Amino acid sequence: MAQIAVIAKENYPLYIRSTPMENELKFHYMVHTSLDVVDEKISAMGKALVDQRELYLGLLYPTEDYKVYGYVTNSKVKFVMVVDSSNTALRDNEIRSMFRKLHNSYTDVMCNPFYNPGDRIQSRAFDNMVTSMMIQVC
Amino acid sequence: METPAGGCCGSGPPLLLSEGEQQCYSELFARCAGAVSGAPGPGPPEAARVASGSATAAAGPVADLFRASQLPAETLHQITELCGAKRVGYFGPTQFYVALKLIAAAQSGLPVRIESIKCELPLPRFMMSKNDSEVRFGNSAELHGSKVPIPYLTTEKNSFKRMDDEEKQETQSPTKSPLASPPSSPPHYQRVPLNHGYSKLRSGTEQMHPAPYEGRQPLVQSEVSSSGGPGAKPLRHQASLIRSFSVERELQDNNSSYPDEPWRITEEQREYYVNQFRSLQPDPSSFISGSVAKNFFTKSKLSIPELSYIWELSDADCDGALTLPEFCAAFHLIVARKNGYPLPEGLPPTLQPEYLQAAFPKPKWECALFDSYSESVPTNQQARELNRTEKTSVKDMTDFPVPTQDVTGDDKQVLKSTLNEVLPKDVPEDPVIPKDSNSLKARPRSRSYSSTSIEEAMKRGEDPPTPPPRPQKTHSRASSLDLNKVFQPSVPATKSGLLPPPPALPPRPCPSQSEQVSEAELPPQLNRAPSQAAESSPAKKDIPYSQPPSKPIRRKLRPESQPTESQEPSTAVGGPASGTSVKPHPTVQKQSSKQKKAIQTAIRKNKEANAVLARLNSELQQQLKEVHQERIALENQLEQLRPVTVL
Repeated sequence: MAQIAVIAKENYPLYIRSTPMENELKFHYMVHTSLDVVDEKISAMGKALVDQRELYLGLLYPTEDYKVYGYVTNSKVKFVMVVDSSNTALRDNEIRSMFRKLHNSYTDVMCNPFYNPGDRIQSRAFDNMVTSMMIQVC
Repeated sequence: METPAGGCCGSGPPLLLSEGEQQCYSELFARCAGAVSGAPGPGPPEAARVASGSATAAAGPVADLFRASQLPAETLHQITELCGAKRVGYFGPTQFYVALKLIAAAQSGLPVRIESIKCELPLPRFMMSKNDSEVRFGNSAELHGSKVPIPYLTTEKNSFKRMDDEEKQETQSPTKSPLASPPSSPPHYQRVPLNHGYSKLRSGTEQMHPAPYEGRQPLVQSEVSSSGGPGAKPLRHQASLIRSFSVERELQDNNSSYPDEPWRITEEQREYYVNQFRSLQPDPSSFISGSVAKNFFTKSKLSIPELSYIWELSDADCDGALTLPEFCAAFHLIVARKNGYPLPEGLPPTLQPEYLQAAFPKPKWECALFDSYSESVPTNQQARELNRTEKTSVKDMTDFPVPTQDVTGDDKQVLKSTLNEVLPKDVPEDPVIPKDSNSLKARPRSRSYSSTSIEEAMKRGEDPPTPPPRPQKTHSRASSLDLNKVFQPSVPATKSGLLPPPPALPPRPCPSQSEQVSEAELPPQLNRAPSQAAESSPAKKDIPYSQPPSKPIRRKLRPESQPTESQEPSTAVGGPASGTSVKPHPTVQKQSSKQKKAIQTAIRKNKEANAVLARLNSELQQQLKEVHQERIALENQLEQLRPVTVL
């Protein structure tokens, strides 16, 4: 099980995708709750460290069934990833690299002049990348 | 009788025919028409023309054919009616083709309507007494030209395969005939095997016109020009020659890319794209920024998600800008999409930037391009141009204000012709074209040509108007004086900030003269200075200072007036100021002249910035006023409410 979400700066979803399609509502809820944690982490870094703040936020919070990872860009766009707790083979580095790929794809989407920031992401390339990532995780 | 050349023939809904359909239909038509005209005609082209253009299919063979389709008579009546034969009274090529298409639709179970023929259909099946025809048609039911085994040349392999398939259908005469037919150029040797296959295809039915078919075949083969257009109708010999050369090149190029025919950019298309690129960005080796490209492509009236997807496909390096090959690819995708092609999942290999750059040399500079373009146009597009010009130009005039340039006219024709090739239609045959223009495209827009022409015309038509509005607010000298009144608050500050370095005193050939004049001028200027922006007053002061107030000099002197102007407030009396300023002038004259120009440009820029800021300021002031008023209103309300709560 894996889900990936891209949240805009104003905390509305730009892109949400989950592999087991039936649990979408629960996933939406999880992502929503994790936003609080993300904000907390961002503010906890302190204003002074804004420049040095690392984009990868790491494990936001673990629950019984899953772990939630976060990543925030410099433009306050957040990426949230939920993976199965049982998937212990997934290491931090891999998560980091996955976020990096997400970020790159997101940048490519932004480069498209027909994409207005704040729109839902409908790029096929982005979809393909996310699909491949989720396949890799599951 | 319909005339092949010249205007549109007949009426009828635009038809979208694939290559296979083209082949079959033309063949059938020839057969039906040939029954009328009798023996195989003279040379291939003429015969073909006779067959397809001027002849009308006789009712007898046509009726037989229709009956062979095994549709109920009622359906056949409907079809006849729909295709327009009843209306015009005979079965011209258009009507015939529409009818065939309707038959195919009916056989596929679709309702007999014009709309049915707009989608891709298998070929109609006719249960002829000749056993092979059915098989043939059945075989040729694969649509989408590239796969059609009928001598649409994809590769030699296909042709050979086809030959094997049709082995059993061989008859003697056709086999020999294509070989004997005049292959117009060496590349046709490659086609000969295809001719074999083709002839075998038609072997079932009696060859009414082996001659025309012979002639057709090499031409047919050569039809697959760079744009991959299939042509069932024979081409003009020259055109075929040329096309055969291009085809030869293509064959040698990359056989595997034939399935990408719609995605292959022809020379003419390439030229056109390059010109458009240049209209957006003069340097062909540079790139177009995202916003510019967005505005340009938005004119094509495709939906934003589609444009977004096209961008994704074409911007290979995802840098938010389009280089020339990327631009061509994007443009081509847009054009294809507008003509109904679904967008591919990935960028076709023929549209990859590397391929485009390799296949086509980097655009040479204007003259070379236009030369080559103009050369290619007449040679390749003779037949097309004739008919296309009329229609397209008419269309364009009516549809959009199109710049009446020859090049653009040719562009449209070329584009349309190539697009017609791309969308497998028979292209550049005179007799065919009238039919083509009428029948081929089943687009909601009136005609296929117009759809592309509209887009192109739009782009071209709108390109001229879109050159960015000059943002420079470089006013003429006279107007600058007026506008300077607006700028007075901000200008002095900026001016003084700008000009401390240059003494930039106006050249004074006659210090004495200027002194006197300046003295005279200064008082009035002093009066006016508070009311006008600094520039105007320095300008005016400069006039007396310098020689006869020629405008350029006045401009130059404006910056130089700055120090004088700044002196102005400090020294109430103009005389001493002018006097002091006069003396150093001759000495620094040369330096200041160069500085003047630099300063002038700086001043102009500042003026523009000032204009913008002033406007912004005024807008913000207005907003502030409004907010104030709101606040006052709210406070009033609060006051009204307060006594209530207090009590």
